[in-house]
Amino acid sequence: MQVKANDYPKESARVLREEPGVRESVTAATLNFDGKRRQMYAEVDSEEWRDFAEGVKNHVLSNLGTYLTQAEAALQRNGVQVHWAEDAEAAQRIVADIAKANQVQRVVKAKTMVSEELGINPMLEGLGMEVLETDLGEYIIQLLDQPPSHIIGPAIHLSLEQIRKLFHERFDTPPEAAPELLAATARKLLREGFLKADMGISGGNFLVAETGTLALIENEGNIRLSTSAPRIHVALVGLEKLLPRFSDLSVFLSLTARAATGQRLGTFVSLIQGPRRAGESDGPEEVHVVLVDNGRSSVLADREAWETLRCVRCGACLNACPVYRQTGGHAYGYVYSGPIGAILAPGLVGLENTKPLPYASSLCGACFQACPVRIPIPKLLLTWRNRAVEQGLQPQLEAAAIKGYAAAMTRPWAYNLGSRALRMLPKEALDNTVLPVVKAWTEGRAGIKPSPKSFRELWDEGI
Amino acid sequence: MVWFMVRLYCFLSMRVALFVTCLTDQFYAEAGVAAVKLLRSLGCEVAFPKAQTCCGQPAYNAGYWKEARQMADHTLEVFAEAEYVVLPSGSCTTMVRAFYPELYRDTPKTFEKADALSRKTFELAEFIVKVLGITKLGQGLEGQRIAYHHGCHALRELGIKNEPLALLKNAGAEIVDWEAAMECCGFGGLFSVKLPEVALSMADRKLQTLPPVDYLTSADGGCMLHLSGRIENRKLNVPVKPLATVLWEASQVKEATRAG
Repeated sequence: MQVKANDYPKESARVLREEPGVRESVTAATLNFDGKRRQMYAEVDSEEWRDFAEGVKNHVLSNLGTYLTQAEAALQRNGVQVHWAEDAEAAQRIVADIAKANQVQRVVKAKTMVSEELGINPMLEGLGMEVLETDLGEYIIQLLDQPPSHIIGPAIHLSLEQIRKLFHERFDTPPEAAPELLAATARKLLREGFLKADMGISGGNFLVAETGTLALIENEGNIRLSTSAPRIHVALVGLEKLLPRFSDLSVFLSLTARAATGQRLGTFVSLIQGPRRAGESDGPEEVHVVLVDNGRSSVLADREAWETLRCVRCGACLNACPVYRQTGGHAYGYVYSGPIGAILAPGLVGLENTKPLPYASSLCGACFQACPVRIPIPKLLLTWRNRAVEQGLQPQLEAAAIKGYAAAMTRPWAYNLGSRALRMLPKEALDNTVLPVVKAWTEGRAGIKPSPKSFRELWDEGI
Repeated sequence: MVWFMVRLYCFLSMRVALFVTCLTDQFYAEAGVAAVKLLRSLGCEVAFPKAQTCCGQPAYNAGYWKEARQMADHTLEVFAEAEYVVLPSGSCTTMVRAFYPELYRDTPKTFEKADALSRKTFELAEFIVKVLGITKLGQGLEGQRIAYHHGCHALRELGIKNEPLALLKNAGAEIVDWEAAMECCGFGGLFSVKLPEVALSMADRKLQTLPPVDYLTSADGGCMLHLSGRIENRKLNVPVKPLATVLWEASQVKEATRAG
């Protein structure tokens, strides 16, 4: 996927200016998710569940080599073909080779973010294959040729009106069609797709090292169909998705559903144990698992950022984030948006390509409170900011201003001088657009008014 | 008698150094005055170490940790001898209490100093409730409808939530049910000028959900500058009053002061 994260400041402003409906749709959807998440956390001892989940993930990440080897062996025992993809190019080549070897013409996709990360759809289409997204939200944005705007709700930036209009234009549904009719229309089209497809591509929520079980959570049934109806199933799985034991799923499946959508469990949970066996009436003939690195091992080696890899891609931090709510995900210019995207993107594709993202946060901490695996997102946002400064990626003017400010603030006489000067400035200086910082402030906010006398003056006069 | 002893003990031993913070100093000076009067009225001896400046939070949050450390070094020195350090600001309290130790985690010697300061540093309302053990200041807010904006750092980093609410409610105020009371207002230090459109949109969400109130209060100067600036720009009629000022007013009507 093309990374346009450096445009975030411009893009976020543009979305707010030109697409005000996005803020409305995204705010409504995320507040709804976040409210349900709170309810579902409150229902259990979520602190204990999160302690457990954090501990398991830390253990896996600390022993990743061991568990990857174990997972590979278990998958192979189950008859699954295992592939290793160091980067996006390798992953594309692996998927292309599987497709070509099996004369694949039609591909159905279960919702998978890693596939977006790896650019699988354009690659397959480039080979002349037909690719159909089967998650309803993904299907809608595929029709619109847009990337997902949220990890689990790819079309939450759209209003019902927009979807009605799209379906009316494409499928001739009535202009005022009820959501149920829109869903039924999509379902009919998607069913045909499932029946005709040669290959299904999915991601994976979890991969159990002990048993080689691939776990997938969903609500629409499209993942189950995508992974069982076509002849070939290819699962793209990030290295960090491993769990040691089958029993770990008991917490992770429910915790992820609670965090993501505020459900106790996804409507469908598929535990895939390999291809169709002798005597079984359905299931794919071949199952391939592609273990994807694509920058993850360098994140793992990072003394601070490694904790990012605990992420289960539930989207809870996006739902909790007041910054994300204003613009939705497209403004971030990367497949993973919101708070998790802001700390994952610099690790996966480089800070120089994503430098505004760690700054796309007011550091309010709501993400950390929501995270089921307790990734210290605010702390890592600060870490990436500090790195941006250390690497000289921030504007020179800003760096100079901060230096000057620190110099003044470590010299009380300079501070006092500044305090007096602030009160002698002409009103226009703080009210208008002389300084860039003041300009950025006053466009949309009334000018800054210092107290007539500073506190220290009042103290000196006697309180 | 017990009460008298407590007050006497308090009077004799509570020496508070006020860290007024640069924003309060420059933009909410009257709130600093209110904090001093309030603390004195509660039996504390208040000092104002004159060498104090800014805690360094803007630099820290923007990623300039070297400069933040310079300011933290300065602040550590200014308040080294203090018994208690009290700030009329949630986020600056968080900077000193939570982030100073973080800044020095690789330098054990300074870490110790930062840790020591961290342990004696309190936000004003928190200090009154947790250290002084006072939950009722007076009846001065009887009949007032107040919106309380929780500053994010105090709320989520330090867990300060009930202390200010208790002091306001016990003084007779009605804290309005505000859907977005605990959401970020969009100030975020340099965030507010680096991404002004997003910051304003966040302020608008706060203000769009705000029920009718007599005024809005908060323990954070930055949030108040941002919100009141937006309120004025939008020509809304919502006064904004710093928490310290409101708490001082709460203490001004002394009926049944000791009932709580």
